[in-house]
Amino acid sequence: MPEFAVELRNVSKRFPGPSGEIVTAVNNVTMQIKDGEFFSMLGPSGCGKTTSLRMIAGFELPTAGEIYIHDRPMGHTPPYKRPVNTVFQNYALFPHMTIGQNVGFGLEMKGVEPKEIQRRSSEALEMVRLAGYEKRMARQLSGGQQQRVALARALVNHPEVLLLDEPLGALDLKLRKEMQLELKRLQREVGITFVFVTHDQEEALTMSDRVAVMSAGNVLQMGAASEIYEKPNCRFVADFIGETNFLEGAVKAQTGRDVDVELAGGLLCRATADEGSQVVSGQKVTVTMRPEKLGLRPWQGADNVYDGRVEEVVYIGTDTHYTVVLAGDQRLRVREQNDDPLSRPLAAIGDAVKVYCDEVSARVLTE
Amino acid sequence: MAIDNSAQLVDAPPRNRWQGILLALPVTLLMTVLLVVPLIIIGVNSFGQRGPDNTIIYNFNLNNYLRLLGISEPGVWDTLYLEILVRSLWLAFQSTVLVILVGYPLAYFIARAPRKQRNFWLFLVLVPLWTNFVIRVYAWIMILRNQGVLNSLLGWAAGLFGLNFTPLDLYPSDFAVLVCMVYEFLPFMILPMFTSLEKIEDSLYEAAADLGANTWNTFWRVTFPLSLPGIVAGTILVFIPVMGTFIVSDILGGRQVILVGNLIQRQFLDARDPVFGSAATIVLMVMTLAVTLYYTRKFGFAEEAFGR
Repeated sequence: MPEFAVELRNVSKRFPGPSGEIVTAVNNVTMQIKDGEFFSMLGPSGCGKTTSLRMIAGFELPTAGEIYIHDRPMGHTPPYKRPVNTVFQNYALFPHMTIGQNVGFGLEMKGVEPKEIQRRSSEALEMVRLAGYEKRMARQLSGGQQQRVALARALVNHPEVLLLDEPLGALDLKLRKEMQLELKRLQREVGITFVFVTHDQEEALTMSDRVAVMSAGNVLQMGAASEIYEKPNCRFVADFIGETNFLEGAVKAQTGRDVDVELAGGLLCRATADEGSQVVSGQKVTVTMRPEKLGLRPWQGADNVYDGRVEEVVYIGTDTHYTVVLAGDQRLRVREQNDDPLSRPLAAIGDAVKVYCDEVSARVLTE
Repeated sequence: MAIDNSAQLVDAPPRNRWQGILLALPVTLLMTVLLVVPLIIIGVNSFGQRGPDNTIIYNFNLNNYLRLLGISEPGVWDTLYLEILVRSLWLAFQSTVLVILVGYPLAYFIARAPRKQRNFWLFLVLVPLWTNFVIRVYAWIMILRNQGVLNSLLGWAAGLFGLNFTPLDLYPSDFAVLVCMVYEFLPFMILPMFTSLEKIEDSLYEAAADLGANTWNTFWRVTFPLSLPGIVAGTILVFIPVMGTFIVSDILGGRQVILVGNLIQRQFLDARDPVFGSAATIVLMVMTLAVTLYYTRKFGFAEEAFGR
C-alpha cells in the first residue's frame, strides 16, 4: 500500500474572473495526505480549500500540476471513474429517490446485484444510525439525518478516499458537535482516508490528525493539530487558529533558538524562534503569546515578567479573561482558570498586576 | 412544543377569510359568466333538437350523441365522426410527442447555459409569439407550397449535385398541419421544461458523477426524472389546445384534414346545426379531460411527489 492516499504536486488552479482578470484559486500547492488519516484543509472562504477538494474529486481539473490517488496520476480522469466519494455541503441527496435508492445509487452504477445493494445499503444506514429509513424520502428527514444519509451514500462504496466539503456547515452548534464525534468514530471504524474541508478552526482541531492551513490559494502550514496551534509559523496561522496576542518588536540578540526581542515601550522579551528560522539583530518581528499560557499568578523561573494595569475583566465560567495594558500602550489578553474554590477574581479593573510568561510560550514570527 | 404554540399565534385571523373571497371574486365572476354559464348552455343544447329558422327545440334526446357515434340510423354504422375524433386525438398525440422531442434538448441547453445567457435564449423562444397566430400559420404556406422556400432550397441543392428534382407535395397535407402544430406550440413546452431543468442543482449532477454515473446514467436517473414535472405541465399546455384548434388544419390542411375543431366550427357557422356542434364540443371536452386526467394520474404532478 502506498504511503500517501492523496498527493498534490505543484497543483494550481486559475479561473477567468468576472471582469476578465485571472483569479488564482490554488497556487502551486503541494501536499501529501497519508493513508488512513483524518486530514483537514482549513482556511477562510476563498482560500482555495474547496477548489482543492473539487480537484481531487475531479469536478475541476488543475491548470497545472498533478493529483495522485494512491500513486495513480488522475490527469483528466472524470469524477465517475475516480476511487473517491464526496459528501457535499448541501448533502445533494436525490429528491426523487428514497433514502434506500440514494444510498444504493453508487453500488447500482457499479452493477452490484440488487440483493447485495440492499444488504450493503442497510448496513451503511445502520452504521450512521439510520437503520430502517430506506423507504423514506430525503425531504422527510431533518438536516442532521440528511447529513448522515449523505455519509452513508458515500461510505457504502468503500472509496479509497472520502472527501467532505464543509459537511457540518448547515447544522446547529449542538448537532455539529455530535456529528464531529460521529465522523471521527466512523473514520476510525472504516479506516478510510478522510479529507475534510472547513473554515471552523475548532472543528479542524477537534477532528483531524493533521491540518493544512490555507490562505489565498497557498498552504501556509501543515501538521498535527497541536503543532499548528503551539508552533504557528506565521502571523496568519497564529491569528486564524485560536486566540492570541501579538506584540511588535525588533530582535536585539540571538543565541540558537533563544531570541531577545525589544518591544515597544522598551520592554524586553525572551522568546523562542522556530527551528531553522533565520533572524538577525535589528530585524522587525512579531511575538505571539497564547492568552492561556500567560499568568497573573507568579511561578518559579518565569522568563518574562511585565508590569501592567487591568483594563477589562470578562468572566466566562471556566475561565476569566483579563486585558492588561503594558508600557507603550501594548495590550495582553491573559486567561486564568477559575480553579479557586470560591472563584475569587485575581484582579479587578484598574489594579496594578504583573503578567508572567515563559520563553517557550512567546514565539517569534518573522512573517 | 414551544414552536407549535408560536405557530398557532400567527394563525390567520378571521378577517383573512373575507380577504381571500374578495381576491378570488373578479376571476370567479369572469369564469362564471364566460365559461360556466356558456358551458351549461352548450350542455343543455347538446340534448336538444334543431328546429326551423335557427331555433332549438328542447325535447331532451341523445340523437346528437348517437349521430357522433355513427349509430343514429338503425343497421348502419357511419364512422365519419368517429374517424374525425380519432384523427384529432392522433394528431394531438403526435404533435405533443414531437414537441417534447424537439423542445427537450433546447430547454436543457438553455437551463445549462451560463445564467446571463439564459434570458436571451428564452427571449428568442418567445419572439415568434409576437406575431399573430394566423399570420404565422399562413407563413408556413410560403415555406411548404410547391414553389415555396423549402422546395426552392431543395431544388437548388439537388441542382448542385446535378440531380432531378420534383417539388414535394407538402401543402396542403397532414404533414403541413403537424409541422405547424409543433412549431406553434413549442414555446409552451420549452418554458415549463426549462423551469424544471433549471431547478436541478449542479450538486446533484456532481453527486451522480461522484457516485459513478456517466453522462448517460446521470441523464436517465437524475436529469430526466427531475424534469418530469416540466414535461407533464408542458404536455397539458400543448395537448389540450392542439385537440381543439381548427385554424391550422383549415389553412394548411386544405379541406382534406378535418379535425374535431373544424367539425364544431362548421356546425355552428356553416351548417347552422348548433345542437350537433354542442354535442361535439362536449365530447371533445370529455375526451381531453379524460386523457389529461389519465396522464397526470400516471405521471403525477411530480412536483408534489418531490415536495418541491
